[in-house]
Amino acid sequence: MREQPSNTGETGGTDRVRLSCVVNGEKVSALVEPHLTLLSFLRQELKLLGVKEGCGEGECGACTVIMNGNAVNSCLTLALEAEGARILTVEGLSNGGGLSALQEEFVKHDALQCGFCTPGMLMSARALLDRNPDPGTEEIKEAVAGNLCRCTGYYPILEAITAAAKREREGEQR
Amino acid sequence: MYLPDFEYYQPNSLAEACRLMAKFGPRARILAGGTDLLHKMKHGQLEPEVIVSLNGLERLREITYQKGVGVVIGARATHNDIAGSALLQEKYRSVCEAAHHMANNQIRNVGTLGGNIVNAVPSADLPPILIALGASVKLAGSQGRRVLPLEEFFTGVHSSVIEPDEILTEVIIPDQPSTGSTYIRFGLRRSGALAVVGAAVAVTMEGETCREARIALGAAAPVPMRARQAEAVLKNQVITPDLLEEAGVCAARECSPRSSIRGSEEYRRDLVRVLTRRALQKAIKEGHV
Repeated sequence: MREQPSNTGETGGTDRVRLSCVVNGEKVSALVEPHLTLLSFLRQELKLLGVKEGCGEGECGACTVIMNGNAVNSCLTLALEAEGARILTVEGLSNGGGLSALQEEFVKHDALQCGFCTPGMLMSARALLDRNPDPGTEEIKEAVAGNLCRCTGYYPILEAITAAAKREREGEQR
Repeated sequence: MYLPDFEYYQPNSLAEACRLMAKFGPRARILAGGTDLLHKMKHGQLEPEVIVSLNGLERLREITYQKGVGVVIGARATHNDIAGSALLQEKYRSVCEAAHHMANNQIRNVGTLGGNIVNAVPSADLPPILIALGASVKLAGSQGRRVLPLEEFFTGVHSSVIEPDEILTEVIIPDQPSTGSTYIRFGLRRSGALAVVGAAVAVTMEGETCREARIALGAAAPVPMRARQAEAVLKNQVITPDLLEEAGVCAARECSPRSSIRGSEEYRRDLVRVLTRRALQKAIKEGHV
């Protein structure tokens, strides 16, 4: 059930507003200022520092998180718009401390160098594989087209996602 | 990058949203997907004191067919909602394709049809195909509702007929005789690039004869424009390659693009010629694609 935020009518304002959502499977409730982006909320309030700020304007995808199943730029989303939402960040990908198949394949394929784009890249890939377990190369390219990498180059990334998809299809746990 | 302070409201009815907009007037802005609004606010181009979020109005996201009316797309439908709509895929795949090829996946997951229209950016991808299909927009305000052709909505770059207390609620694509439609855009990259020029057409074919053609161009004038002289070239004519080229030449002549970092006026005119011709060919041959 979606909780009603407190300022549906006359009483809105710049005051802090109660935000309740589920982040990486855990219920979170906090008072937030309206101007806080989801990115700032995740990093500053929840200390989820895997969520990166690159451009801050929706071009680079470093801040990508999965919100209600969709990859979104957390820098262009108000925290309050996440009321009632399920959020997944890179911190939520691992299984009990170990890396997921997708993360392992990024390591195996040298799909990262500096690593700044990696969390966003992983989240775009995760959102793709959740809705399409067997994507073609074009579909993978399209899914990560909003994630810019300035060191590795994209081919290792495409290969890593392809390999992870195969492993997941063969029944391996994420 | 931080946002300036503002008051935030998330009304749970359209009436309440209109009332808030009427109360705050130009001091307030509607928040739908936020991909334009928050971007502009971060850059200090807009400083609304009040933000009225439409996030609580789920019904504005529906895409339905209403008998005797046509396909009704809620203004809060995201680009990916439109791209993936089974109804639109079946009736006007051209609209799905236009939505699918804009921006990038993260933006398409939140950016909305309403925002793409109301921001009144000349290079917006959805207005041309919707205008070619004769779509109307419904505006809800504190004084009531009105419906007008999308073509009459825009008045200039970043400006339209919408009043400060009005909210765009839906876009209606009427039932029509057209046999094909398409939108072709040219961008400097395949993803995440604004259209340098976009050309949308809807054609009504009878055998080899074109009974009617509607051509709408994006980024070819301050507002999305109909290329009426090019349309007249085609009306009730048997289609030949030369005739399609003539329509393209005509469209290039009647548009008024500006030079910008993405392309000079001359370059854009030539793009209009080529894209108009290609779009006509495609819609005539392949239907609503």
